Amino acid sequence: MLASFETSFADALLNANRPIPCGIIAHNAAVPARRFGVYRNNVVSGLVKALKSRFPVVEKIVGEEFFAAMARVFVMAQPPRSPLLATYGDDFPAFVAAFEPAREIPYLADAARLEAARTRAYHAADATPLGPGHFATLDSQALGDIRIEIHPSTEIVRSPFPIVTIWAMNSGEQELAPIENWRGEDALVARPYLEVQVRALPQGGAAFLLALAAGRPLGAAAEAALADDPDFDLACNLAGLIGSGLVRDIVVPEPESYLQP
Amino acid sequence: MFKASHLPASIGVGFKPVHFRDILAAPQPVEFFEVHAENYMGAGGPPHAQLGALRERHALSVHGVGLSIGSMRPLDQDHLARLRKLCDRYAPDSFSEHLAWSSHDDIYLNDLLPLPYTRETLARVVEHVDEVQTVLGRQMLLENPSTYIRFSESTIPEVEFLTEVSKRTGCGLLLDINNVFVSAKNHGTQPLPYLDSFPLDRVKEIHLGGHHEETDDAGAPLLIDAHGSPISAAVWVLYAHVIARTGAVPTLIEWDNDVPDWPTLRAEAVAAQNILSDASRPSAA
Repeated sequence: MLASFETSFADALLNANRPIPCGIIAHNAAVPARRFGVYRNNVVSGLVKALKSRFPVVEKIVGEEFFAAMARVFVMAQPPRSPLLATYGDDFPAFVAAFEPAREIPYLADAARLEAARTRAYHAADATPLGPGHFATLDSQALGDIRIEIHPSTEIVRSPFPIVTIWAMNSGEQELAPIENWRGEDALVARPYLEVQVRALPQGGAAFLLALAAGRPLGAAAEAALADDPDFDLACNLAGLIGSGLVRDIVVPEPESYLQP
Repeated sequence: MFKASHLPASIGVGFKPVHFRDILAAPQPVEFFEVHAENYMGAGGPPHAQLGALRERHALSVHGVGLSIGSMRPLDQDHLARLRKLCDRYAPDSFSEHLAWSSHDDIYLNDLLPLPYTRETLARVVEHVDEVQTVLGRQMLLENPSTYIRFSESTIPEVEFLTEVSKRTGCGLLLDINNVFVSAKNHGTQPLPYLDSFPLDRVKEIHLGGHHEETDDAGAPLLIDAHGSPISAAVWVLYAHVIARTGAVPTLIEWDNDVPDWPTLRAEAVAAQNILSDASRPSAA
C-alpha cells in the first residue's frame, strides 16, 4: 500500500498534470498542491541545473531560455536512472539530435556529444602515461607488431562540422570569430593527467586511434588510417599520441609466440 | 559491534572543489570536511585526487544523498556496494544519510522526499538502517528532514520516529537545526519543543545551513531548504540553545548552492566555533 503511494508521488513529480497523491496535507488553508509544487520544482530544476553544468557550450549556443526549455523536456522524458548525477545526460546528445526546435543548428548535437565525453573523461580511471623514453628502446623491426594501449579516459567525437573550433569559441578557450574554414573536425577528448584536453585530430588520426583502441597492432592501425585518409602521417600522429600522454602501455609480442603451432 | 561514528567535536565545512586551493594554502580553523558520497563514485580524476589530499590533512564525513533509505522498496544493492567501496577507500570518521527517499523503481528523483511516519514505515526504515550498517560495518547517522507537506496517515511524531530508529538499530542521529526550523515554520509548529524532545544524547553531528523564505497561497511563510545563503539568526539562536545542553558536538556548515568564496564560508565556521567554545559539556551522569 505504501509502495503504491510512492508510485503516485513519483508520477505526480514528473507530470505536472497528474493530481497530487491523496493524504497530503498542509497545516493551514493553503492548497497542498502549491506545497507539493516545491518538490516538483526541486526535482525538475535540480536536474535541469545538472544538465546546464554538464553542457555549458550547448547552452551558450542556444541561449539560457531555449536550453532550459529543452532540458525540461528531456528531464520529463528521460529522468536519471542512477543517483550518480555525473552520468546524467549521457543520452542528452541523442535527444538534442532529434529535438525538432533545434533542427536549425545542425552541429548542436555534436557539441553535446563533445561535452558529454568531457565529463566521462573527467571521471575516468587514472593511469600514468608512458614517457617518450619507452619508444626509444623498441626494436624498430618489430614496431609494426606492437600494440599500443590507449589511456582509459580517451574518447573520439567525429563530426562533419568544425566541432572543436565551435566548442573552443563557445567555452572561452578561443575568441569568438567567424569560422572561415568550415569543415569537419574529429575531436580528441582525454584526461591523461588532471585536466581534460580537447583538440582536433590530424587527418586519419581518428581512424588510427580507433584501430589502436580496438587492439589492432600499430602496422594495421596505420593501414586503417591511410585507408581513411591518404594524407595520414604516422610519425606526426605517433608523436602527438606520446606527447599528449595518451599511451598507457606498449605490448610487444613475444618472439616465442611465433614458434607456437 | 559496529565501528562508531567519531568525528572531532569541532567545526566542519561541506567541501566544494572551488575552495580546494584556498583550503590547502593555509592552516584552517576547520577540523573536518564533509562530502556528498555520490560525487566521489567515479573511477578516478580530480575528485579523488582532491579528496585524497584533503583526507591526509583532515577528518572526513561522508554524507550520502542517494541511498533512498526512506523508500518502501529494497535498497539499491549496487549503490550500497559503491558506498562500501568509498568508505573502504577513505575510511571516513562518519557516514550519514537522510530520513527520506529519492529513488523510485529505477528512477532517481534527485530530491529528499518525505515519507509518512507509521508503524509500517518505521519497520522498513529500521530494516534499511540495519542493512546499511551491516554492509558498511559501521554505525551510520540518520538526519532529520526538512519538509513542505505532511501526511494524513502519519501516526508517529517525527522525533519519536527518529528516536525509535536509533534505539532499534544503534544508529546515531544527525540533527539538522536548519531543517528543524524550516519544517516548524512550514507546519505552523515551534522549533523549541521539537529540539527539547529530541534525544540529544544520540546526536553525533549537527548541520547548520541557510534557507530562503517564500510565501504559500494562504499567505503563510514557506521556507525552502536551499543551502544557498548564510545561516539565519534564528538558527544560530537554536544552535546555541542545543549546544548549551549537549556541550561540544561535531558541527557542519552546509552551503551547496550559490557557493560563496572561502573566506565567507570560513567566517561561518568561526562563528559556529565561538558558540561551541562557549559551551562546555555538562558533567556526565
